Amino acid sequence: MDRILLKNGQMVCPAGGIDEIRDLLIEKGKIVKTGKNLKAESARTIDASGKLVLPGFIDMHVHLREPGFEHKETIESGARAAVKGGFTSVCCMPNTEPVIDNQGIVELVATRAREAGLASVYCIGAITRGRKGKELSDIGELKAAGVLALSDDGSEVLNSELLRRAMEYASTFGLFIISHCEDPWLAAGGSVNEGAVSTRLGLGGIPRVAETVMVSRDIALAAYLGAKIHIAHISCAESVDMVRAAKKAGVKVTCECAPHHMFLTEEAVLGYNTNTKVNPPLRTEADRQAVLSGLLDNTIDCVATDHAPHAEMEKDVEYDNAPFGVTGLETAVGLMFTELVDRKIITVSRLAEKMSLNPARILGLNRGTLKEGSVADITVIDPKAEWAVRVEDFVSLSKNSPFIDRKLKGKAVMTIVEGKIVYEEKD
Amino acid sequence: MEWTRGDLLGLEELDRAEIEMILDTAASFKEISSRPVKKVPTLRGRTIVLFFFEPSTRTRSSFELAAKRLSADSLNISTSTSALSKGETIKDTLRNIEAMQVDIIVIRHSSSGIPWALSRLVAPAIINAGDGCHEHPTQALLDMFTIKEKLGKIEGVNVTILGDIAHSRVARSNIWGLRKMGANVTVCGPRTLLPRDIEKMGVIVTDNLKDGLKNADVVNVLRIQRERQKAGLLPSLREYAQRFGISSEKLRQFARKDLLIMHPGPTNPGVEITPEVAESKTSVILEQVTNGVAVRMAVLYLVAQARDETKEEE
Repeated sequence: MDRILLKNGQMVCPAGGIDEIRDLLIEKGKIVKTGKNLKAESARTIDASGKLVLPGFIDMHVHLREPGFEHKETIESGARAAVKGGFTSVCCMPNTEPVIDNQGIVELVATRAREAGLASVYCIGAITRGRKGKELSDIGELKAAGVLALSDDGSEVLNSELLRRAMEYASTFGLFIISHCEDPWLAAGGSVNEGAVSTRLGLGGIPRVAETVMVSRDIALAAYLGAKIHIAHISCAESVDMVRAAKKAGVKVTCECAPHHMFLTEEAVLGYNTNTKVNPPLRTEADRQAVLSGLLDNTIDCVATDHAPHAEMEKDVEYDNAPFGVTGLETAVGLMFTELVDRKIITVSRLAEKMSLNPARILGLNRGTLKEGSVADITVIDPKAEWAVRVEDFVSLSKNSPFIDRKLKGKAVMTIVEGKIVYEEKD
Repeated sequence: MEWTRGDLLGLEELDRAEIEMILDTAASFKEISSRPVKKVPTLRGRTIVLFFFEPSTRTRSSFELAAKRLSADSLNISTSTSALSKGETIKDTLRNIEAMQVDIIVIRHSSSGIPWALSRLVAPAIINAGDGCHEHPTQALLDMFTIKEKLGKIEGVNVTILGDIAHSRVARSNIWGLRKMGANVTVCGPRTLLPRDIEKMGVIVTDNLKDGLKNADVVNVLRIQRERQKAGLLPSLREYAQRFGISSEKLRQFARKDLLIMHPGPTNPGVEITPEVAESKTSVILEQVTNGVAVRMAVLYLVAQARDETKEEE
């Protein structure tokens, strides 16, 4: 159906400063009109009363594992998880096999995404060939193929000179670097945050300085070059402070935080559940508070899940041998609404900023808004829906969530991508 | 007081009364080992599997003798395979062992937390014989048993644990146990071997050997692994011996005369302790080994008994 009319939803659009009950008409993939008492013939009319109608959520940091690790996730299953979780666009990181460091792989991802016909899937290209940190990828080619940014996520570009050249060269093509801030020597042998919990459990620690020394270096480079940098999955109080100071000083730095760093601490590791093993690791309560404060005062621009699926057999091993990573696409919205909106810590409009408008702006995507004429990417939320995270309900191929059994309030009930309903909750 | 635990995973989860019960039970079992016929029928017909994923002579032999002296049948499985994704293998192997209808599995593994994961997975009782850098409860119990035997009490005793605290499961279990029993615990070593936030476990921390020994009634000297030098945590074993090794000379200077010398073994002679000190009058290193059998008999007995009672209730 070409035309969809969403009736009587609470329409919230931070870009347009709108937060009121409005109808919204979609035609040919675009939002053509919003207002009161809209009528449209031969449109599918959906009663959205009691629901929130928001610009579609954008997750700028996911791992969809295809090509190479299709037993963990595929573009199709990842996109399905995305739209079920209320995300209309996702950016997949290049640590696939082969690595997304050339046009061919970007096209493969695009083809698979088109075949799936669910979420919009964009690529983040590798900074260096094979993510090996030795030589630059063909960045101009990657740009032409459609990548939105560059990252060696999972690894830091350790050679500072190479990173400098990458930042300069990328800016030539209007691209920016997403930095995975981790000093691998400081982090070596670690599984969890270094501190009281690692000491108590006898697990190798990843010290906060493994992150902060690299945040500091990357900000210094961005400042020196006047280039744009985005800090991925920020987890420490000191990192948040550094970004805050850098922004104040006019450095073009943006950053994201993940739900697990906002809603869990290292205490979750007690009991050795390998679904709490994630990089950067879950930190202390003080860090968790600092990340939240950073999100509230706009030091942290957006929320990104760092969705990192792993098969059960891979996670079901010794804690120190388990791979890092947790899934996030299907729990992020519920967590954000339960922990922040329902408790009145942020408004729905602020949430839409953090999960839609800001990531769109950072990525240079013409989305994240419900203004008339824009792409009809829409997430419909039932803020009152109460549910619990259950293993059997995940549509992602992997179930490695640290939030299993958590009771949540608020969920996506309909997801519309480019005017097409790609997810609709069954009653 | 009744013992109700069907596993012994760590000392963190035990309370003082439970620790006292193990120590009291061990005291009554100790006499058995001094008889000409060192055997009682207590666990006759039970099967105990000793499952060691790390090389061990002392702990394994101690458990094996404890099992035999209680008339249990024991089976030894030793493997040092430490390949990735062997979690699957352990689970599979454990399930197979379980299917052979065994009663107790004593496990040692190089990864912290494994006994907890396995206790959720299989029905037989799990006894932790050392997991990674986490816990080694029976070692700490035999250390406490020895302290109590020698000093008449644990409450108020000043115990210094010296050496590689960061990588030591012996240290962690001792800290939990001794703190619950009211001892004062100091940990001492170079900063590279003192884990971050260790003071939150309720211990005094010092990197000065003199301070570490000053008020100590007991020093528990930990083994220094050669790998620590390779990992860059120590410049050399020679330097460690000079700065933190226990010698008669340092004891004369820093410690009280009757300082009780303990070591979980095996010692690196001339590194963390000189042979002279290890064999001195105040060293109780071999008595620890003797007591280890009694303590492990107590643990096997209590755990088996708790299992019986649960079964009867069902």
